[in-house]
Amino acid sequence: MITIKYFASLRAIAEKEEDSLDIENPISIDQLSDIISKTAPKMGAIIREKKVMISVNQEMASADTIIHDGDEVAFLPPFSGGAK
Amino acid sequence: MSTTTDSKIRIQLEDFSVTDEIEAMKKVSRNIGGITTFLGTGREMSKGETISELNFEHYPKMAEKKLEEIRVQSIKDFGIIDMSIIHRIGPIDIGENIVLIVAVGEHRAETFKACEWAIAELKRTTPIWKRETTSTGEVWVQDTP
Repeated sequence: MITIKYFASLRAIAEKEEDSLDIENPISIDQLSDIISKTAPKMGAIIREKKVMISVNQEMASADTIIHDGDEVAFLPPFSGGAK
Repeated sequence: MSTTTDSKIRIQLEDFSVTDEIEAMKKVSRNIGGITTFLGTGREMSKGETISELNFEHYPKMAEKKLEEIRVQSIKDFGIIDMSIIHRIGPIDIGENIVLIVAVGEHRAETFKACEWAIAELKRTTPIWKRETTSTGEVWVQDTP
């Protein structure tokens, strides 16, 4: 099972804060976005259009990063911490 | 409200004392000759709108890890003695403290450079998000200055 996290503005788009998904074999981020698209098409489009950053186990990832059972995937909108 | 100044990387709900944080960093070495601080505070105006409240959210563990990477890289690249980075989360009123960076070194030059680099790097790499509340509603800030 993998854990999927949505932060900040993405929570409203995904309509959830966290999700989990059973995977039989390792999959790529691209494959994960296809799966997400089936239930949350808007979220899937945002991932495919690279409008968000993605981390796997708290490390930045890319479209071809492979996700394994037990991993934590997070979708991260552009950061805005600190101060101008 | 007092908070522990033991850890050099902190993400916390509570406010912090700039004086206490500087004093804590002064104890790191007797060879400190220069200290540069950056303090970010809640600003009232944003893009012509009056902000009534700010709210910060972070990705626990990853945000702390990124701040520690910034600290380690600052020490290595700029030759400073040490650095502390404290960022608040949760609701923050206008004028309140948001983020503090304290860079300590033997001389001022490297601490200025390290401090400026660290705040820019924090904004670029650290998963922390700001939500502004104005009269027209709430918006997650997504620009990258």
